[in-house]
Amino acid sequence: MKTNLPLWEVFIRSQHGLAHKHVGSLHASDGEMAINNARDVYTRRNEGVSIWVVPSAAIVASSPVDKEPLFAPATSKIYRHPTFFPMPDAVKHI
Amino acid sequence: MTAMAMKNTMQTPKFTYLTRLGDTALILSQRMSEWCGKGPALEEDMALANTALDLLGQSRLWLSYAGEIERAGRDEDALAYLRGDREFRNFLLVELPNGNYADTMTREFYFDAWHALALAALTRSTDPRIAEIAVKSQKEVTYHLRRSSDLVVRMGDGTEQSHDLIQAAVNALWPYTGELFQSDAVDADMVESGEGFDPALLKPEWQNYVAQVFSVATLAVPEAGAWMQKGGKQGIHSEHLGYLLAEMQVLQRANPGAKW
Repeated sequence: MKTNLPLWEVFIRSQHGLAHKHVGSLHASDGEMAINNARDVYTRRNEGVSIWVVPSAAIVASSPVDKEPLFAPATSKIYRHPTFFPMPDAVKHI
Repeated sequence: MTAMAMKNTMQTPKFTYLTRLGDTALILSQRMSEWCGKGPALEEDMALANTALDLLGQSRLWLSYAGEIERAGRDEDALAYLRGDREFRNFLLVELPNGNYADTMTREFYFDAWHALALAALTRSTDPRIAEIAVKSQKEVTYHLRRSSDLVVRMGDGTEQSHDLIQAAVNALWPYTGELFQSDAVDADMVESGEGFDPALLKPEWQNYVAQVFSVATLAVPEAGAWMQKGGKQGIHSEHLGYLLAEMQVLQRANPGAKW
């Protein structure tokens, strides 16, 4: 059966997580239905406590063609990483 | 069961009461399972399967307890798979065939609205085990009711076709809702001991809720004083239950005691 309901992307935050992670997508006619469907499809095994649904059409993504100019320059700039300070033992995990 | 075995069992009102709850959940679960793989959309298929599994879990709790109360050595499996249709005590509403999606969701909605109220009443049972099962089931049923109410509104206030189909379902299933509120001697017994509730008391709230949802769904509420079907609670069932049980029980009956 062909469905022509819009596509939504689903993000779930787990109980011990800080950020919503993308877990998949589904079809629904509006936000409320999308939340219910996400609850039924993506939280069956206690995966999360918070759901975000976003219409797929609202997502703007970078193009794979732009991978070189966008991301290559950052690969060899070690001075941008905060790894040159000797940390005292007491604050190791800051 | 042989006549001798029947004589030795303790089929108290409480046993009957528990089988009514357990059988209703079990039969509705079986009906919902029939949609597995055949749902109108992937997401709906999952939702129906989830609902069916929730109900199955609840029926296991009710029937296990019933088996313990009966003290005839029957566990949840024996009660589910080895009783005949005259021994089942589910509501007639839940054994009706699935029909189309509007029929299924209307049946679900009528039942969920009752189920939520019934479980709320049972959380106050003087029997701690019953109260415990009710508290656990409430969490699941709250969502069932939210879902079925939402779908009734979507179908009622949807396209002309969906509206016509669900209005037809609303009318066709209405005569089966009366049984949800009929009390008999078993109910009276359980009310007296404080372990159960009087179904008639749930009716006004149920009618209110249904009227509210139907109003948003632009559906007409059928006539309040209509003639109502009954008998499921007493073991008198429609022809549908026979076929359902044949399918559900065939494996255990053909291979008694099968485990895997």
